[in-house]
Amino acid sequence: MSAIQYRPGKEPHAKEHRVVFKNVDRADWDTSLKTYEGEGGYEQLKKALGMEPKAITDEVKAAGLRGRGGAGFPAGMKWSFLPPNNEKPVYLICNADESEPGTFKDRYIIHQDPHQLIEGMAIACFATGAHLAYIYIREEFPEGAEILEKAIAEAHKAGYLGKDIQGSDFDLEIYIHRGAGAYICGEETGLIESLEGKRPYPRIKPPYFPAAMGLYLCPTIVNNVETLCHVKHILEIGSEAWAKTGTPNNTGTRILCVSGDVKKPGYYEVQVGKVTMGELINDMCGGLKEGRELKAVIPGGSSAKVLRADEVFTVGRGDDARELTIWDIPMDFDTLAACGSMAGSGGVIVIDDSRSISWILNNINNFYAHESCGQCTPCREGVLWMKKITDRVVAGKASPTDIDTLEGVAKNIDGRTICAFGEAASWPTESFVEKFRDELVGDTKTELEDDFLNAEALTAAANLR
Amino acid sequence: MSFAVPSDLEKEIDDRITHYPVSKRSAVLPVLHALQHHFGFIEEDAVEWAAAKLELEPIQVLEVVTFYPGFRQSAPGKCHIRVCRTLSCAMAGSYELMDSICEKAGIDRSGVTHHNPIAVSDDGKFSIEFAECLASCGTGPVCLMGDDFHEAVTDVDGLLSQYK
Amino acid sequence: MSEEKSDLIDVQINGEWHSFPKGTRMIEACREAGVEVPHYCYHPKLTSPGNCRMCLVEMGMPPRPRPGEDPPEPDEDGHLPISWIPRPAIACANTIAPNMGINTESAMTEECRKGVMELLLANHPLDCPICDQAGECSLQEFSVEHGKGESRFREQKVKKPKNVEVGPRIRLDDERCIMCSRCVRFTDEIADDPVLGFTDRGSHTVLTVYPGRELANNYSLNTVDICPVGALTSNDFRFQMRVWFMKETKTIDVNCATGANVTVYSREDKIYRITPRQNNDVNSDWMPDSHRLNFHWIESDARLTDPLVKKGDTHKQATWQEAVATSADALASLEGSEIAVIASARMTNEELLMTNRLVKHLGAGHVDTVTRTGEADGYLISADRNPNTNGVKLVLGLDDPGSQIDAIKEGIEQGRIKAIIALQENLVEDADFSADLLGKLDFLLTSYPLANPTADVAHVVLPSAGWAEKSGTMINVTGRLQRLNQVIDGPGQTLESWEIIRDLIQATGGGNGIYAVNDIFKQLTQEVSEFEGLTWGQIGDLGIPLIETGETIPLLEREAERKAKGLIVG
Repeated sequence: MSAIQYRPGKEPHAKEHRVVFKNVDRADWDTSLKTYEGEGGYEQLKKALGMEPKAITDEVKAAGLRGRGGAGFPAGMKWSFLPPNNEKPVYLICNADESEPGTFKDRYIIHQDPHQLIEGMAIACFATGAHLAYIYIREEFPEGAEILEKAIAEAHKAGYLGKDIQGSDFDLEIYIHRGAGAYICGEETGLIESLEGKRPYPRIKPPYFPAAMGLYLCPTIVNNVETLCHVKHILEIGSEAWAKTGTPNNTGTRILCVSGDVKKPGYYEVQVGKVTMGELINDMCGGLKEGRELKAVIPGGSSAKVLRADEVFTVGRGDDARELTIWDIPMDFDTLAACGSMAGSGGVIVIDDSRSISWILNNINNFYAHESCGQCTPCREGVLWMKKITDRVVAGKASPTDIDTLEGVAKNIDGRTICAFGEAASWPTESFVEKFRDELVGDTKTELEDDFLNAEALTAAANLR
Repeated sequence: MSFAVPSDLEKEIDDRITHYPVSKRSAVLPVLHALQHHFGFIEEDAVEWAAAKLELEPIQVLEVVTFYPGFRQSAPGKCHIRVCRTLSCAMAGSYELMDSICEKAGIDRSGVTHHNPIAVSDDGKFSIEFAECLASCGTGPVCLMGDDFHEAVTDVDGLLSQYK
Repeated sequence: MSEEKSDLIDVQINGEWHSFPKGTRMIEACREAGVEVPHYCYHPKLTSPGNCRMCLVEMGMPPRPRPGEDPPEPDEDGHLPISWIPRPAIACANTIAPNMGINTESAMTEECRKGVMELLLANHPLDCPICDQAGECSLQEFSVEHGKGESRFREQKVKKPKNVEVGPRIRLDDERCIMCSRCVRFTDEIADDPVLGFTDRGSHTVLTVYPGRELANNYSLNTVDICPVGALTSNDFRFQMRVWFMKETKTIDVNCATGANVTVYSREDKIYRITPRQNNDVNSDWMPDSHRLNFHWIESDARLTDPLVKKGDTHKQATWQEAVATSADALASLEGSEIAVIASARMTNEELLMTNRLVKHLGAGHVDTVTRTGEADGYLISADRNPNTNGVKLVLGLDDPGSQIDAIKEGIEQGRIKAIIALQENLVEDADFSADLLGKLDFLLTSYPLANPTADVAHVVLPSAGWAEKSGTMINVTGRLQRLNQVIDGPGQTLESWEIIRDLIQATGGGNGIYAVNDIFKQLTQEVSEFEGLTWGQIGDLGIPLIETGETIPLLEREAERKAKGLIVG
């Protein structure tokens, strides 16, 4: 096979290992079925249709594929949670809501290689027994939705979707469902409610675990775009070979999305854990901007806890314990978790010493205040409160006590909400306050200590004293 | 002027509804998208039309319309602009981009509030609002001009001239 | 017995072990163990969204042994140690599991409650002094128990619509709303009238009625009852009386045969409000608006307050002795066959027993009651709009109530019937007797709470107590015996019907020595076989099944279905 030609200036970095992004930015590539078929497209679906569905799930399990959407939960395990004696229909939903700030990988799969996703989905549907599947795509990808619809129509016409696919007796319809601008729809039960035509209020778990009671209260599998694409590749090379990429328990490749203060922001598909933060920032992204120093990194989308440039992280236990600087951190699920943050959705936001932490945190808090669905108390009331405090910090109208309050409010949200949005919204504040308290307090004024914006609270407080 | 849905639009909507064989209610978002695409925004009559179409109570549709910033309840300009406000784009200058577009398109955002996020230019050609993360953080600042996506925007005059 | 045993699960609550049936929600297990778990959104008759987070508790399960580790040893009672989970759990929607531990007194639980309270109050207006909910507000109550007493909230509060008319009987203050969604779920799940919803999102979320629609269904006021705060208030009750001044009396609704259990709120012989009282065999937690608001007539200007005796063409105020003596004289000159007694299915069993006595004592040739029917609403309102038709059948012994009314009219027309004793019925307006027809009678006695066209043509008018002014028992549509309890004293010289009938019997030469309504109940237990062995106390606040009628209450049937599906606790 001759080497793949990429568009000038878009060539993958030497440290990349392109699997899912193999066709992204290819010079000779388009989104048509013909092009896709020309490179063995839908062969893995044909192979899958000749397998036992359980054998496919076993392969995905053996590969150790962890969800690429944010939580890193093993995909094969998720599939095996479908109730064993289920008689209800099973649904599969592709989560293409890509909404975690700092993440922009699914965009390119959808816009440049839609058939890869459709093939991965079709295999996953066959494995899980789903005959109806939806791609929940964010509204902000109007072109992506059109590309996918066209690809589905093509695949349908070619007999890769629809009735009796490739003579296998397996039926499958995939439809596109467009969101309308809500981060919460990335949460799988919020997404399901949205797909049911309701406000996307996440459901309580238990009892509403999607694998048992998902869409229309039927067993439902929700997987991220990148995760579903990997299914195809696992089938292609076998779980054993696939699991040889990456590192133990952090197998395969994943796409890291780098944004912020680096010379070459962008997407880099790497073997999980085989590239360190230093290699990513300095080698692949061309390093920090001229004359700048690293201040902090948010390693897994804006919900991930921030890492301070001068922190020393202790990872591993007992004899395996070792100390790491931020530059040494291998970009895998387990190490980032051990460093007190998470690999999340792979969105790495780099912050240099020109940035104000108050400004960064306030920008993040604005996002979560805008996106809180408002269903449950801690998030609804707390997230806007945090935004209002950091609004004042940025405006120079806050006092040092406000920073304590800010931290207190975040802790009042963390762990107490219906869905993981509570953590997503509170972890940035918790970690920024913990790691940059001095800088945040430095932006406040002690003389504003008794400044209540809300006269009612002032009166109430006075009456109590 | 009374609210009327042209027959080809209704046909498109009816077709969309077939994508949800289990529950018509699921078609709320696609129906609203189709209506907004055609009319530019979702007026009260559109809410009631969608409710009747899907055999829902109007409140069930209004709950959805007001939840999503993707649905507008007032008329936008001829070209509706959404500038990404979130962290990576903000670091890349999206606030400055917003200011620059507003200045060049003649849009006054001083009246923008939570309940009224959209500002329209005096000539009605452009309207603008901030959007949260458009998922292209590596190429900020980015914006959507209608359905067209633009990344690493620096030439605001050139950008606007395409939509005049 | 052993099967039942196997369905029980052992749960540790605050250090003590208890057993509950499988499937019990944690919050209900705690309640049964006498441990209150504060909550706002949870309501046993509605689905559980788990949105308020007030019921977060510390929870634990037996530790899971690591590979190679021995499983934990049970103690002598067979209980395993508990490994407490660092993340709190909502008690409302989670069911218990074997060997689960719940700690509602731990630092974690208390921190959660304090945190949720602070957040709920952050944007809540502190207008308690003028809020109608004050005194029965869950926010106030839990603030006392779990609040911080001081707010760290320095920001401007979110502004939302205030004083919104969401329906003809209800007003909404959106700033007070804590978005527990109880009202939304009630209108959707129980009243089948989903006009309420949430619009906008996040902290700006507002409870809304769709523009141009209103929350007007006949069960709308139940949303006011279940609103844990002062967001939804009743136009009828708003600003009438602070709740802590009122006396609560448990009684039953008399507007139809369902006999919804109610609490009547009164102060100094004035009724201010009626709310449904939970009875899962009668009305669940709900009641129709039309019934709960039908009490203002009690203080109507048209109330009869003194006995009246017609002298010439006009009624003159009389003493009870004069009025009763006049009646006795008139009745003494008549044969029993010339007398008809028309009683009411709005009367209590005790009043009906006394009526039966009167009929027998006078040898009255005719006796009947007036039927009152309407459409059954498919929820709680029975087609039978009388509250005690089953009592009429059982105690007064009428097989087919209302079937004799035409014969009585004919008897008057033909001059065979010369006197009518009309108890608790307005013959002209409610039974189509014309004033002309009644004018043919030698003697018409009517006993009623209000002046009416029947009283206009009566020879003797006796002022009687309304339903809130008397005690007794009634049998509802399903055959349940329930207690009606006196709430207030009747105005002026009014007497309860059983007293009026007793006096009539005595004045016409009968003697019975009854001085209290309980005495009549005792006689019921001796004379009516279905009542045999019953005591007043046994009936209790919730009543007891007395007879089989084969009738069901549609709303309860639907709740039972939802309970069977596990959607609600019930």
